[in-house]
This record gives sequence, C-alpha cells and structure tokens, in this order.
Amino acid sequence: MESHIPHSHRLWLYLLVGILLAFLILPSLLVVPMSFNHSTLMVFPPQKWSLRWYNNFLSNSTWLDSFFISLKVAVLTMIVATPIGVAAAYSLHAGSFRLRRLIEFILTLPMLVPVILMAIGLFFVYARLSMVNSILGLVIAYTLLAIPFVLITVSAGLKTYDMSQEMVARSLGASWVVAFLTVTLPQIKLSVISGALFAFIIAFDEVVIAQFLSGGSNSTLTKVMFASVRDEIDPTIAAVSTILLFVTILPPLLLHIVANRKRG
Amino acid sequence: MNDQGLSGAVPQGLNAAGIADDIRRERRNLRLLASPALVLVLVLIVGPMLWLFYLSFYNEHGQFTFEHYARMLDEGAYLSIFWTTFEVSLIVTVLCALFGYPLAYLLAQLPARWANVLMLGVLVPFWTALLVRTYAWLVLLQRRGLINDTLVSWGIIDQPIALVHNLTGTLIGMTHVMIPFLVLPLYATMKTIDGNLLRASGSLGASPTRAFWDVYFPLSAPGLYAGMILVFIFCLGFYVTPAVLGGGRVIMIAQRIENSVSLYPSWGAASALGVVLLLVTILLMAFGAWISKLARR
Repeated sequence: MESHIPHSHRLWLYLLVGILLAFLILPSLLVVPMSFNHSTLMVFPPQKWSLRWYNNFLSNSTWLDSFFISLKVAVLTMIVATPIGVAAAYSLHAGSFRLRRLIEFILTLPMLVPVILMAIGLFFVYARLSMVNSILGLVIAYTLLAIPFVLITVSAGLKTYDMSQEMVARSLGASWVVAFLTVTLPQIKLSVISGALFAFIIAFDEVVIAQFLSGGSNSTLTKVMFASVRDEIDPTIAAVSTILLFVTILPPLLLHIVANRKRG
Repeated sequence: MNDQGLSGAVPQGLNAAGIADDIRRERRNLRLLASPALVLVLVLIVGPMLWLFYLSFYNEHGQFTFEHYARMLDEGAYLSIFWTTFEVSLIVTVLCALFGYPLAYLLAQLPARWANVLMLGVLVPFWTALLVRTYAWLVLLQRRGLINDTLVSWGIIDQPIALVHNLTGTLIGMTHVMIPFLVLPLYATMKTIDGNLLRASGSLGASPTRAFWDVYFPLSAPGLYAGMILVFIFCLGFYVTPAVLGGGRVIMIAQRIENSVSLYPSWGAASALGVVLLLVTILLMAFGAWISKLARR
C-alpha cells in the first residue's frame, strides 16, 4: 500500500523507526567487538584487541563441554520435534474431525504456559523417573517447547499448498506415504526447514528449563552462562555470546534471504 | 479447503460401504498423526499443571490446607511481588505498543523489498539468544558502560546514573525482548487493511490524520490488542531478564517461584503461586479470545 502523504511530512516517522531499529539490533551486535577486547574491564570501545577470551573458552572444559551438550540437545530436539510437529500440522490441516480447535489449542499450550511452571512441572515428573540432568529429559522438554512453533510454521506452509495434488498422486496409485514425501513435502519444504530451525534455536538458547533440568556433566551452555552472567562477570561471556549469536542468527538469516529470493 | 481427501466425500452407489470404511480408516490415520504431539503435551504439561494445583492445597505434613493461598493475602512480601509483576508487565506492554505501533505501521506501508530488509530489525533480536541480549544490556547500561560514558562526555549528566540492577534496566531489557511479539501480529493485521479505504476517506475529504484515526487505527486495533495481550502474558511469567537486569531489586512472580523451589524447598508455596500465575494467564487468554471475536463481528 502506497501512502499519498509526502515523505517530508513523515520524516519524524522515519527517524523514530530508525532509532527503534537501532535500539533493536545494535545491543546484540555489541557483544562482537566486546569479545575481542583485551581488557578484563568491559570498556567500550576496546583499547586493545585480542583473542584471549576465545582462548579462555576453548581451554576451559566447563564452557566447552556445555557447548557440545547444548549442540547435541539442540540437534536431537530438531530431529525429534520436526516430524512430530509436521505430522500434527498435516493431521490438523487435512483432517476434518471435531475437536480440531481444542487440539490446536492444546498443542499451542507449551508456548502459552509460563516456562517457569513447565520447568517445575517437568522437574516433578523427571524426579520420579530419575531423568533430571539427562540429555533425554532435556530433549523431551525442548521438543514440547518446539511443537507449537513447528506446528504454526508448517500449518502456514500447508495453507498455501493445494492438497488435491496429493490426492491426484494417490489416485494414480502412489501410497499415502510416497504421495506425501514426493508431492507434498517438496512444496512445503521451506516451512518445514524453518520449523526445524525454530526447534534447534529454542533448544539451543533456552534458559529456565535448563536451570532446573540440566546439571552436572550435562549442564547446557545457557545454564553455565546464566550463572556466570548473574553472579560474576567473566568477559569470556562476551566470546560465548558471540558464538551463540552466530549459531542462532545465521541459519534463520540465510533462510529469510532464500525465502525472499524465491518470492521474487 | 480442509475437507479434501476421502474424508470429505459422502459415499454413494454400489460400493458405498467399502468407501465408508476407507473414510473411517483415513480419518483414524489422520487422528493418529496428531497423537504423538498431543500425548506429549497432555502428559508433560497438562498433567503436571493439575498436579501443581493439587499440591497447592497440601502442607508439608500432607494435610489439606488453604494456608499457601491465605499467606498470599496476609503477607506484604507476596502482595508487593504481585504488584511488581503487574506494574512491570503493564509498563512494558505500554512501551511495546507505543514503540511497536509506528514500527509496524511503517513496515506495512513500505514496498515489499524494503519491508523485508527492515523486518530483519524485528527478526534478528527475535532470533538472538535471550541471554546474549540480556548480557549486552548489562554491558551497555552498567555504571561505566557505553551509555553512561556517552551521556557524561556529552555533558547531559555529571555523574553516571544507575541504569541497571534496578527497575529501569529491567524495563529496558524486557521491552527489547518483547517488541517483536507485538510487532509481528500487528504487522500481519496491518497487511490485511485495504488501502482503498484510506483513499476513499481521503477523497471524501478526511485529512491524513483524520483518515488514520477514524479508518486505519480501528482496523489495526485487533492486531494491536492481540499483540499487547501476548506481551502482557509473556511478561507475567518472565524470569531471565528481570533476574539479571533487576539485580535482586525487581522480584517478579517467576523468580519467587524459583526461589521457593530452590532456596527453601517449599513445593506447596511454589505451587500456589504457580496456580495464581496460571489462572491469570488463562483469564487473559480468554479475554484476548473474546476481544478478537468482538473485532471479527
């Protein structure tokens, strides 16, 4: 929609939005120069550059181990949550059963229930199954958190897809599974990938559940980092933050660019 | 649109019985596809929430009691936590609306190519790990941080001011986290507004300001309210940012729940607080659903 108001009359709007965008983007990017700062004090701009905080990260087993735990948990969550979420989205899209609204609502609960309550609820359950501090427990918890996000993105993808194509494939003799994999899936690929990325990112950067359900040799990166941010300020956090920033931003950024290219 | 496939057709003719069978099978299979997700959520979220509800009525000796709820009304400490939670959530919601509305408005009016680029400004913080953003604010807002240094060197203030480990820091950090949650639904609503309506109001003599307030704003309001309710709900249960940027001075309900569990293990008290938080959240969701229903009429 084009506006008929001349640009000069909306300078204030452009200015305000410019400031807002700076407010939104710049703070997170600040951790990048901070991480190359030589000083132990967090002065900005840094007087002297160095890689010492990255060395610290790489030579400290607490940091390094927790990074790999987080990576493992995030990849596993992506592998588990994506098919579960895609199946649910497909079922809700193609099915015409009653209670669909209710099921949709139940499946978005993990997004709406305060995460602190989910954390203590899961802690109750896991304590009885001795699953506290286990990789499996974390993967299940993050799969729960990821389900609504996969569901929403894949449902949006399915809305732009014409289901009768799958019907055609099936009426020509393809089995349901083959029809889905060869006809439907390639066309909703982008939404499935972004759902999977959501699952990965959610598992990689979640903090509260990690406080309760991870620990010992299975502490996640966010658990170690949260303690560090809250209790003492170790500049290694700047290096860790930069790594975390790239791990969580780059994949969706690339996807965003690819998706917009495709649309034209 | 959703009724394609066998499940939508009404069987007729010679093999009606066979087709009806197929339809039943297809429906069952479709339902089965949703069941893993459904079972997970029911067993691991709904179940524990009911358990929490149950626990909140029992004391440590296993006797039925209302003491956990009674304490909330009697003790000033609890009331001040409720008040802080409400106050912080409300201010952050209003700030998000004030800043998010112009942002979504401009994004919705720009040509797609530009909108996609500027949208990154909303999406990048949305994707950035929460802890990274919180840490970045801690660095920026501290006594000798970039903001204090700049303000002092520009002569705006003489002494560094306390921007973090207090309410100010909490509000700044939380607003930063929540703005995308307001902008995304609002932007989606604004994209559906028909530009011809504005042109029509203009041709009927309305000034741009009048056209905005009488035509555009009411049409965008459902998206604004939806976003505000979402932000408010997320704020109520927010833990990380207030815990770090509040520096122990801003205690909201989620931190109190965490304290009750980890500092002095009191599941009953934590559960009762959890139940209150959950009930308020559910009421707000119902309120949000009611508003969007009103708007659709």
